[in-house]
Amino acid sequence: MAKKMAIIATKGTLDMAYPPFILASTAAALGYDVQVFFTFYGLQLLRKDLSDVKISPLANPAMPMPVPMPVMVQMLPGMESMATMMMKQKLAKHGVASLEELRDLCLEADVKFIACQMTVDLFEFDKSEFIDNVEYGGAATFMSFAGETDICLFV
Amino acid sequence: MNFDKELNARGLSCPLPIVKTKKSLADMTTGQILKVISTDTGSVKDMAAFAEQTGNALVAQEEVGGEFVFYMKKG
Repeated sequence: MAKKMAIIATKGTLDMAYPPFILASTAAALGYDVQVFFTFYGLQLLRKDLSDVKISPLANPAMPMPVPMPVMVQMLPGMESMATMMMKQKLAKHGVASLEELRDLCLEADVKFIACQMTVDLFEFDKSEFIDNVEYGGAATFMSFAGETDICLFV
Repeated sequence: MNFDKELNARGLSCPLPIVKTKKSLADMTTGQILKVISTDTGSVKDMAAFAEQTGNALVAQEEVGGEFVFYMKKG
């Protein structure tokens, strides 16, 4: 029987979007059955349009910056978009797949995406904004799979 | 070394060399050899780990001019 992995994806920023998709696509390539449960800000990763998935240098002191930048400067309008653009350029330069590409690879490999129904309602998300290959469920739905996994991660 | 199919994974970073290796092997038959060329240093350990976990055999590997070449035999 195939091994199983479950991931709970709770973050919706560019840096935190990568680990779930990288691990899910890799595990699927290794023959695992994989499910990813998207909840709270992780729901952003299920939107058809991922251009709102950004990274902020603010309150993110570990983020390597080309030049040291005081927090007062990081607060200025446009800094978030600039940091996001620079990070995307860096990722592309190093041959790291885009989030869209990794997400597609997951779906191609039959990774199952579950959106947390409660947080979809809480944030009044419109399901038509999400990609089609999403199931909706609650914690109990996820637990029935997670309880039998070999690897279970919270991101 | 002879091979049946070649995968150019140059310039790609983790996890793409592994995911694309898996996809390339999908339409091959048991015993056939896939040659993978990667420039990702992480793929040296990852390819071995992939082979070990998927029942495919990494029959040979070499480093040629900064590129890593793997020969994966489909199991």
